[in-house]
Amino acid sequence: MKNKRSLRFLAVLGVFSLVVAACGDDGAEFEAGELGAVTVEAGEAIQIRSLNAISGEVAFLGIPNERAVRMAVDDYGQIAGHDVEVGAGLDDLCSAEGGQQAAQTIVSDDQVVGVIGTSCSGAASGAMPIIADAGLVMISASNTSPSLTSDLEGTAGENYFEGYYRTAHNDLFQGQAAANFVFNNLNLTQVGLIHDGDPYTNGLTTAFENAFTELGGEIVIHTAVTVGQTDMVPVLTEVAATAPELIFMPIFPAEATFIVQQAGDVEGLGDVAWMGADGISVENFMNLPESENMYFSGPDTRFATNTNESTDLSGEQFLADYESEFGEAPSADFWGHAYDATTMLLDAIEEVGVVDGDVLHIDRLAVREALTAISGYNGLIGEISCDEFGDCGSSVISIFQHINLADHQASKSNILYTYPES
Amino acid sequence: MRLDPHSRKWGLVAGLIMSFMAAIGMIRSFDDRMMINPVLSLGYIALLLSPALFGYLAARGEVNILEEPERNIAEGASKGAMAGLIAGAVTVAFLLVTSPFDLSGFFPNISTAMYDVMTFHQGLGVGSLLLVAISALVGALGGALYGVGDVARNGIFRALGWVMLFALFELVVTDVIDFRPIVRFIYVQGGGLQFWSALIIGGLAWWLGVRYQGKRAEYSDAAKASEAGSRLRYSLIGVGILLLIVLPMIVGGIVNELLINVALFILMGLGLNIVVGLAGLLDLGYVAFFAVGAYGMAVLTSPLSPTLTPALNWWVALPIVMVFAAIAGVLVGTPVLRMRGDYLAIVTLGFGEIVRLLLLSDWLTPYFGGAQGITRIPGITSGPVTISGTSPELFIYMTMIFVAIAAYVSHRAQNSRVGRAWAAMREDEDVAEAIGISTVSAKLLAFVTGAIIASFAGALFSAKVGTVFTNSFDVLVSIIILVVVIVGGMGSIRGVALGALMLIGVLGGPKSQGLLTEFSEFKLLIYGAILVYMMLKRPEGLLPSVRRSRELHGAEAEQDAWLDRKGDFVDEDAEEAVT
Amino acid sequence: MSTEVAPEVAKTRRFKFNWVDSFLWFVRVVAIIAITVGIVGSFQKFAAGEGPSAVAWRDLIISSISTGSMYGLIALGYSMVYGVLGFINFAHGEVFMSGTMVGLISATLLFNNGFWESNPLISIFVVLLVAMITSTLVAIVIERVAYRPLRGAPRLIPLITSIGVSFFVQYSFAGLFGVALRNYPPAPPRLAADLTVFGTTFPISGTRALVIGVAIVSMIGLWYFVTKTKTGSAMRAVAEDKEIAGLMGIDVDKTIVTTFAVGGAMAGVAGLMWALLFRGVDFLTGFLPGIKAFTAAVLGGIGNLPGAMLGGIMLGLFEGVGPLLVLDGLGIPGVSQLKDAVAFAALVLVLIFRPTGLLGERLGSEDRV
Repeated sequence: MKNKRSLRFLAVLGVFSLVVAACGDDGAEFEAGELGAVTVEAGEAIQIRSLNAISGEVAFLGIPNERAVRMAVDDYGQIAGHDVEVGAGLDDLCSAEGGQQAAQTIVSDDQVVGVIGTSCSGAASGAMPIIADAGLVMISASNTSPSLTSDLEGTAGENYFEGYYRTAHNDLFQGQAAANFVFNNLNLTQVGLIHDGDPYTNGLTTAFENAFTELGGEIVIHTAVTVGQTDMVPVLTEVAATAPELIFMPIFPAEATFIVQQAGDVEGLGDVAWMGADGISVENFMNLPESENMYFSGPDTRFATNTNESTDLSGEQFLADYESEFGEAPSADFWGHAYDATTMLLDAIEEVGVVDGDVLHIDRLAVREALTAISGYNGLIGEISCDEFGDCGSSVISIFQHINLADHQASKSNILYTYPES
Repeated sequence: MRLDPHSRKWGLVAGLIMSFMAAIGMIRSFDDRMMINPVLSLGYIALLLSPALFGYLAARGEVNILEEPERNIAEGASKGAMAGLIAGAVTVAFLLVTSPFDLSGFFPNISTAMYDVMTFHQGLGVGSLLLVAISALVGALGGALYGVGDVARNGIFRALGWVMLFALFELVVTDVIDFRPIVRFIYVQGGGLQFWSALIIGGLAWWLGVRYQGKRAEYSDAAKASEAGSRLRYSLIGVGILLLIVLPMIVGGIVNELLINVALFILMGLGLNIVVGLAGLLDLGYVAFFAVGAYGMAVLTSPLSPTLTPALNWWVALPIVMVFAAIAGVLVGTPVLRMRGDYLAIVTLGFGEIVRLLLLSDWLTPYFGGAQGITRIPGITSGPVTISGTSPELFIYMTMIFVAIAAYVSHRAQNSRVGRAWAAMREDEDVAEAIGISTVSAKLLAFVTGAIIASFAGALFSAKVGTVFTNSFDVLVSIIILVVVIVGGMGSIRGVALGALMLIGVLGGPKSQGLLTEFSEFKLLIYGAILVYMMLKRPEGLLPSVRRSRELHGAEAEQDAWLDRKGDFVDEDAEEAVT
Repeated sequence: MSTEVAPEVAKTRRFKFNWVDSFLWFVRVVAIIAITVGIVGSFQKFAAGEGPSAVAWRDLIISSISTGSMYGLIALGYSMVYGVLGFINFAHGEVFMSGTMVGLISATLLFNNGFWESNPLISIFVVLLVAMITSTLVAIVIERVAYRPLRGAPRLIPLITSIGVSFFVQYSFAGLFGVALRNYPPAPPRLAADLTVFGTTFPISGTRALVIGVAIVSMIGLWYFVTKTKTGSAMRAVAEDKEIAGLMGIDVDKTIVTTFAVGGAMAGVAGLMWALLFRGVDFLTGFLPGIKAFTAAVLGGIGNLPGAMLGGIMLGLFEGVGPLLVLDGLGIPGVSQLKDAVAFAALVLVLIFRPTGLLGERLGSEDRV
């Protein structure tokens, strides 16, 4: 309510200042747009927030994202003499209601300009109505569901809200990339799909199915496990009965571990090729001897030589900084996306901010317009351009084969295919 | 000096608790949260709570209800100090024994960061001595507290309590005050009370407490003594209701959002209370009805629900959802009618999982969206106003209306013939049957009523969140609703409300944060500990219903024996530990 | 919900009874038809050369039996505690998990030494001991701290306490060991290969044979212990009637501790089986198997030790083979997703057909209805 009230107050203020301006004052007064504006007083900090899955089983995804946000803010420095503050990291709990609750916390502070998050697509669908309603922007580093942006052919997704952007790729890209690779490069036509009932994994298997059948391949089985399942012999028997040449399972480490470990017990899976996605190209899973020779699709992470144009930081330098600050390598592949998302937001704020002495005015609508207008931005993840539905990713998908159990980096740079094909 | 046996026992217990908290990473993790800037973090409070509490217990020694306890500051302090010393020594022993090995491969929380926090960042040598000394000091303070007079002790408790409340609930205070200069005066930017404001709050709490202590007792006596129909009682209830109505307007979005979560759990708690508390049927799959309500509403109202898309108004869909829930109640209830009480638990748990797995399955995806859930569920539209999750300050009133309905239904049912039939059935099914109660109808009625109330919660939930996914309906939800009912007090409406407020509001629910977001990692650990503690010390709950508590402390011979062993000081124990 | 309901209830009583019975008959008939149609469908598929091959079916059944015998061993603990104290010890799944988790430490250390590869059977025996000791200790501590003070309390109270204990143990282990999944070292190749005895190779891997063998040996040992030893007789006496057993000079408290200890030891054995079958362990490992094992105990007839074992194996078969055999035959997609749903549905159906479980309940005098 308070937020609404202050919005209304700002709107009145906006109208008032318009009238004043129209009355022939000097015209340098700041005019708030239809979504209102944030006024950062002298000595105050510009507020942005991080909303990521930082607890539970998906913490491996959210924690590097939040850390990258903080690193980007530190690297970026002040904007017009104001610090940028991230505040306490919020948790999206990887669920719609968790996202909604956190969004409510965010919008109740009317100084917040934008949010970097969420980690999980489900959480975004809960958070966005509130974020959009309050006129904020949210840039996600790892949401990939097509429903949050568009089908890439000009139709908005069912959960698209204005003010939503993401630097992660759209699942449709990855589905297409994986399908192309399997059909064209591996020359396989019979594929089995396994998802785990999570919106992300199910979305990706569906995208793969559509792309693969379009190419002329056949999905021999599209089945599922449930999260927490450990006895995989039944599902593997079910899959083996359809004699796939390759099994694509873009699921998460726990279930994937049980699947590959038990595959040896099931007749008829000896010659099958296995392929996973970014959910399992993580250390824990890649340490398993059974994961050797598997294919992994995911965002292209050859960021070492890319440089973020706002902070002049290279991917290599980022990893070194990360390592020295947190004592470990990032546990998931979306750190670059989170870093770029943050610098894009800060750039937009810097671009549209109106300096009035020590005070900074940030028009909310202008921030959105500035983000939508981004084109050819050089980030850690490559060249970024936003489309009208908020898809800002460089959208390069690469597929590697895990050839070296001992050296995951060597495997990750053993890239067999890159999409879009150049 | 001879070692006091109580000091030894409680010191050992405190030391083990401290080591355990260190080993599971609690102290390290809580250390990130500053309480009183810059001197005290939540981690150290958690660490030193044990020596303080057990120092107090050591000073108290054996409880003898026949004798007036002897209170002596110096003696209390020395016993407490001894307990604290032992506690500190045990903890240091734990640190010293583990430190030569690198255990972080197996135990990620026995890490250098943990040692660093535990030794006050002073290194293992100096830090160990410091830990023992501080622990002994805090134990002595705890013990001395037992020795001081009643007025002073209450004053100290009150002062400490208020400072802790202000420090912990920073989010609420800032949300309510929302005026930056005052907020900045009380809190440090980035968390924690200012040192001086902590002193002021503590001082004020003491002073006000001492000043108004007598008067408060007077008022509460008057309220208790007044008859059910008296003016004072009615005016108190009136003030309560008025407060409920005004409260959402005062507090901000964060608190309202929290209150909605609490209210949804009160609603479900009231429903489960009918099934478990009144009818005595242990239902561990109660979430199934919540899911039926949420998915029913989603399918009926969302313009994007697959296959079936009536896109009804929320109010039009509500009766249909209620019918669904009633049918679900009968479907779950009928097969279990003849089953033993304990089988009921596992069978209902199974039903809960079956419902969730079916909603998630690829098989029924054409109807319920499967993994992708159902999205774009509209809010509650009544005429020109649409209430949804974007306006928590309005949505809270919707939930309040349904909580009121559920409370009214529970209240009436409790005191009606059905309620008495349930009570009889809960006591002894065979006897109930023999005196002419149809246990079949009574059981089904309980299931159906409970199911309909849960479906209200589900219907509100989907309108609020706007999306439904099956991960909101796993078995944990059933269990947490049960915990809410049990901690609050089975069979008691006020109890359920209090339980939900404390657990869901403060600690957080299965998929929501409470006020203490810092606790979220250890939320379920604390839930478990609370549940065990409650069952051992106060099985009737915080605010028990009269009948229930009579049953638990009541007539049956075997229970008498049980209670005899525990003695009548059970409640005193609990209260002292709580304060 | 008003006062008018009750008289109406009394009037329609006879009618309601018939209604309930006919509903249950309806459920029985529908279940039988659906299962028959499903199985016939699967057989037709099989005859047409689709679906899993005969070898695959055989492997699936063997794997289901080995999973089921693990459930059975955990179920023994539930069943014994239920027989003696009359409440569901929900924390028993956590007792199992604790053994599996601590066993992992010993297995990892042995593996790092190379001992695991060179002396697989001794290594497995060491892990078994560690798991059994841990589980037994955890079970005894839980009994002492949480259940003993509740002796004689209404039975809902220890049940709810056990739910609390379960959470507490789960999240203590999450704190101690972290939340990530950890893996046991792979079974040594000699063991993982198909079982060969005196030159004859059986179509079952050594690990699975070991799992089933250990289950059978434990079961026989337990049966001997309960029926032939003095402590076992005391346990049965206490299960029958605590007060009278006490009067007969049996130390009731000690006997109850023994019950928990034996149940814990069986859970420890199950922990080793988990390590051999699934390898991956995390703090939630005990939750679902715990619930499944309790389901198995009810399925076989609670309080009945052979029943618990049979219930476990049946449950393993239902959930392992059922989805492919019945649901797939009905044309339902993604059947493996419904594995747990099938297990619970089987429980409901069995209880509708046989309310006291497959082999009948064995309950003490106080618990008999």
